[in-house]
This record gives sequence, C-alpha cells and structure tokens, in this order.
Amino acid sequence: MSEYEAARAAGVRRTVIRSTAALIGMFAFAFALVPLYDVFCRITGLNGKVDTTAQAIIHEEVDQSRYITVQFITRGSAGLPWQMSVATRQMRVHPGQTAEVDFTFTNNSQQKSWGRAIPSVSPSSATNHLRKVSCFCFQEQLLQGDERLTIPLVFQLARDLPEEITTITLVYTLYPVHNMVLDASLNNNKIAGDKI
Amino acid sequence: MAPKLPPQHPLQHSTTAAADGQADHAHHASPKGIMRWLLTTNHKEIGSLYLIFSLIMFFIGGIFALVVRAELFQPGLQLIEPEFFNQMTTMHGLIMVFAAVMPAFTGLANWMIPLQIGAPDMALPRLNNFSFWLLPVAFTLLLSTLFMPGGGPNFGWTFYAPLSTTYAPPSTTFFILALHIAGVSSILGAINIVATILNMRAPGMRMMDMPLFVWTWLITAFLLIAVMPVLAGVITMMLMDINFGTSFFDAAGGGDPVLFQHLFWFFGHPEVYIMILPAFGIVSAIIPTFARKRLFGYASMVYATAAIALLSFLVWAHHMFVVGLPLAAELFFMYSTMLIAVPTGVKVFNWVTTLFRGSISFEPPMLFALAFVVLFTIGGFSGLMLAIAPADFQYHDTYFVVAHFHYVLVPGAIFAIMAGVYYWLPKWTGHYPHERLAQCHFWCSIVGVNLTFFPMHFAGLAGMPRRIPDYALQFADFNLVSSIGAFFFGISQLIFVLVIVLCVRGGRKAPAQAWEGAEDLEWSVPSPAPLHTFETPPVFHRSHHGD
Repeated sequence: MSEYEAARAAGVRRTVIRSTAALIGMFAFAFALVPLYDVFCRITGLNGKVDTTAQAIIHEEVDQSRYITVQFITRGSAGLPWQMSVATRQMRVHPGQTAEVDFTFTNNSQQKSWGRAIPSVSPSSATNHLRKVSCFCFQEQLLQGDERLTIPLVFQLARDLPEEITTITLVYTLYPVHNMVLDASLNNNKIAGDKI
Repeated sequence: MAPKLPPQHPLQHSTTAAADGQADHAHHASPKGIMRWLLTTNHKEIGSLYLIFSLIMFFIGGIFALVVRAELFQPGLQLIEPEFFNQMTTMHGLIMVFAAVMPAFTGLANWMIPLQIGAPDMALPRLNNFSFWLLPVAFTLLLSTLFMPGGGPNFGWTFYAPLSTTYAPPSTTFFILALHIAGVSSILGAINIVATILNMRAPGMRMMDMPLFVWTWLITAFLLIAVMPVLAGVITMMLMDINFGTSFFDAAGGGDPVLFQHLFWFFGHPEVYIMILPAFGIVSAIIPTFARKRLFGYASMVYATAAIALLSFLVWAHHMFVVGLPLAAELFFMYSTMLIAVPTGVKVFNWVTTLFRGSISFEPPMLFALAFVVLFTIGGFSGLMLAIAPADFQYHDTYFVVAHFHYVLVPGAIFAIMAGVYYWLPKWTGHYPHERLAQCHFWCSIVGVNLTFFPMHFAGLAGMPRRIPDYALQFADFNLVSSIGAFFFGISQLIFVLVIVLCVRGGRKAPAQAWEGAEDLEWSVPSPAPLHTFETPPVFHRSHHGD
C-alpha cells in the first residue's frame, strides 16, 4: 500500500469515527430534548404547562380596577368511565383575589378506578400568573364504583397579570391511570385491617 | 472461506493476494447471476441497484397516489373505505419520501460522486452494499403492514402522536422497525459519501473545485447524519410509548403530544432539504452544460447551499403555527423561514444568469432542468405564503399545503432526478436516450404535473382539508381536473421506463464527452463507464469554476 493510499485510509477512518460520534451525539440529543423541553416550558410557562405543586397565597392588594373572566372546560377521556363537571363554567375575578370553584367527579361504572385531571392554561402567557393553592390536579384520584366526589379548586391570579389578558381558560382533561403501587398498598391495608 | 477484499488496483490485487496465499481468490471470476448483485461492492452496480429500486418504489407509491386520486375523482365515497384511504395517503407519503426520492439521490451519488471527484470507488464499498440491501428489507416490511390485521399505518406520513401511538393500528411496531432500518441505511450511506468526498478526491482537487452535485451531496450527507438519529430517537420513543408503557407523548402520564411535533419537525424540516439540495446540484450541472457557459456564481452556490442547510435547523416550528405557539415563537419561525428565500433566491438568480446570453439547446435533460427552475420557484413562492404565520392559520392542513409540497417535490426533486438520469444515461449505458420519446415524456409530465397540482392551490385556498376521502360539492371541479391530471402523469411515466429500457438495450452511440458543454471529470472516462475507473488517480486540471 502506497503512502498516498495509507494517508487516504487514515483519512477515511478519521471521518468515519467523527461522523459516528456525531451520530451517537444526535441520538442522545433527541432524548435530552425531552427533559429540556419540559424545563423550558415550565420556566417560560409556554404551552400552558402549569406547576403541579401547590403554591401559597400571596397577600397582595386586590386590583379592583379590572375584571378577568376565568372559564373552565372539562373533558373526559376514552377508557375512563368518569364524568367531570364544574359548578360554574365561567367566573369573573379581580387580580389578587382568591377564588374557589367546585369540581365534581362521578364514576359511572361499578368498578373503582384511578384517574387524573391534566391541566392546561390558555393563553399560555397567563400560565405563570396563575397560582393554584389547592387543586385536584396535583395528584391522582381514586373513585369507588358509583362514587361521587366534589373537590374545590382554589386559585389566585397575580396582580402582575399582563394588561392585555382579559380572559383565561383552564382546561382539565381526565386520563385513566393504572396506579398499581397504590392499588397494592390499599389492598394490603385492607388485608391488614381484616386481620385486626 | 477467504475474506472478500474490496476492489483494488489489479496489479496490487494480485500481489497482496499472492502474499496472503490467496492467489486462487484473486483470479476468481466475480460471482454470476443474483449473487453478483447481492455481493457487489462496486459503486456503479450499487448505484444502479439504488436507482432501479427507487424506480420500482416510485411506481408503487404512484399507484397509492392514484388510488387516492380515484377516490377523490368525485365527491362522496365510491371506491374505498375511509380507513383504507388513510392508509393510502400515509403509505404514498412514506414510500415516496423514504423509498423513492431519497434512494434515487443516493443512487445518483453512488454512480456519479466517485466519477466526479476522480475516485476509484466509494470509501467504504462493503458498507455501501449493506446500506443498499437494508432498503428492500425495510420497505418489504413496511408494505407488508398493509396485509396485517388492522391495516397499515393510517396516521399520515408525519405520524403525529397520539394518533400514531394510542390510536394506532397494531402494525405500527412494524412501521417503526421498517423506518429504523431505512434510517440506518440512509445514515450509513451518508457516512460513506462524506468519507468519499473528504478523502478520495483526485490529487489537486480542492473543495472549491468540486462539481456542485458533489458539494450539495456533501452538505446533504451532513444533514442526514445530524437529523436521522433524531428521527430514530422519536420513533424509539413511540415504540416505548406503545409497547413499554412510557409516556413521552401521552399527556396522562405527564408527556406532551406537542413535544412529538417539535421532535418530528426538527428532523422533518432538514429532511425536506435533504430531498432538494442534491436536486440543486444536478440542475447546477445541467444548465451550464446546455447553455454552454460556466455556471454563474459557483462560490455563491456553495455558500447558499450551506446557508440553506444551517437555516433548516431553525425553522421547524413553521409546520406547527396552529398548535398554540407563543407570539414570540410564531414571529421567530415566520421570519427565519422567510430568510431561507434569500439563499434560495441566490440560486435561482445564478441559474437564470447562467442561461443569460448562453448558447442554449433543449435536449431532454435541459428541458427537465428548466422546468425544475420554473416550477420549483412556484413551489418556493407558495412556501413563502405558508410561512406567513397569520395566513397559515387559514392555509394549514388544506390542499394549499399539498399543492405547495408537491410542487417542490414532483417538478422539483423528481424532475431533477429525471434530468440527472437523462443527463448521465449516455455515461451509464453508452447510448443516448431516444430523443423523441424523451421529449414526449417531458411534455406529458409537465402537462400532467400542472394539471394535477395547480388546481389544488385553489381548492386549498377555498378551504378543502387534506387527508379526507370526501369533500364539499364546491370542490368537485378542481378535484376532477386533479384526478385526470394525476392519471395522465402516472401513465406517462411508463414512457420514462420505456426510454430507459431502450437506452440500455441500444441506441445512438455516445462518446466519452456525451454532451458538448459537459466538462466535469465523469466525461473523461469512456461511455459506457467501465466497471473500474480512476484506479490510478487522474490528474486534475483546474479548467472550470474560475480562479
């Protein structure tokens, strides 16, 4: 093999190694985008992703000068025989004011099942100005057969809510959850209770 | 069994083989029949395999399109069930993108890049064989899903989750596997092309001496290496969502369906440039040849191609204007998308300026190249209309989008492939293609293409949605014309096959330099090109591209 061909072979090897490294890097990058996207959405409030942990009420002066219309939309999901309804479809609140609204979950089947309501806020620029003090969407719910459960949502709109927002829509979509861990622990408790 | 050696210089071949005590292997005649094609490591044979494969897939994908057009011939449901209609639109898109256009460009690259840079073969010949033979496996698997219970993929070629996960037919796992295999094939092909271009050029050929087809393919190969792994990642996430209970794209488990669209289009937008950049390279070779002038602005062509490739990573969300992006994102993606019109405009300007005061003749390759310039530009303009975010709220998911991307892909990418085939057929077969038949093919194609896709602009602007087997009565006339045009276009592609078959079997003999104005290195080897060329590197003379 001549010197020319040896140099050529070394060059090919170098190119292949580098492009394979780029390849693996991009594959990893695709997976890294998943948490990055999540973090990005939460920081910026884009995509209507709401913090799923309770926040404290901030006592600030209620802005009496403007009203914000807050609308509630509830949606069911295939695979979960629940009905979700809200006491009022729409309410008007002042920024800074704490408000409460009741949501009712009804299990229409005989079996108990786990479900979870996933929230979304629109417009997304309002996301970071909405503080949920207590929400059923923070955790999964268990409904026994034919059970009916009313849970309040307590929220507060921050005073620094942008001026141009006059209406905020909160959408809750119900999803079935297969909570095997909790099911098992409840079963264990039951067995333990029977024994005692 | 002796290890199979890659093709080498005959002299060296015998010496190394003798040294290894494998004289028997060295003088062994190459395998005959099917084994010759299964085991070939020759870039010309593999190039031909790629091209034949993509031609077959072009017809299969075309038949799917004709099923769709037959159903849309008149309003109401006549021929097929809506479920099957969805499978046809999906399979048409997948086959045309991954099995027809991409392998056709890879085939042209295999044939022409070593010839254009004065290399004896591709850098990794055995890998080349492997990456081709993955394709029939991948697409046999994909096509077989049509016969599985529940049918084939029916969620559109963009396979948005959760339509392609929660609500998908059971065959989706096979679809994912098929796409994985096709993706591996593209990636291996891309690595091979990059390694060939960067290391195998004839001594004295600098990067800025390379023909534009080589340049555009180099940039395309970088795009492939960058985004095919992202596609692989997305479909792996789908696979896990479907089979292993993860929730990447499932809101119930904390995932996000919009994330799917971001990831998909982060791959998908560079992918559309993967399908058009090599076309730019082909047209940039043909227009100077038949205008008998040097290409105007060679360096600006290279920089414009690189600029388009870089910008393609910053525009993906223009496919998602209506998912609820924040205003800042809508504006960013709108302006960055419009910015792509600048380097693309540079290219169109350069082609037109090359033609200016040229001594033009209208052989079949030139006809297709000129049609490319005009019709691709129309597709580019409708793309600019779609880039306007507020207007896109109206156009999104209508037939206007269908008209747009078919204008850039059919008279864009596919016409460029056909132009390339007519241009290089004399080099491949040693015969000129039948002039009259080729012209007939061109005129039938151009009438068919415009008859099919031009009315779709109007149907789309009037609000006809995509991917629906039925439509309102007001769209009946547009669809009637489109369907007639589609069948006309489809049938006239048989002329293309006829021309190729006739050209392989005989015809007017072509000299080494088959076209008067053609000056790249491939025209210095005899026509038809012998199986082994440039075994000793040619001396490269810097005759063209200026400086």
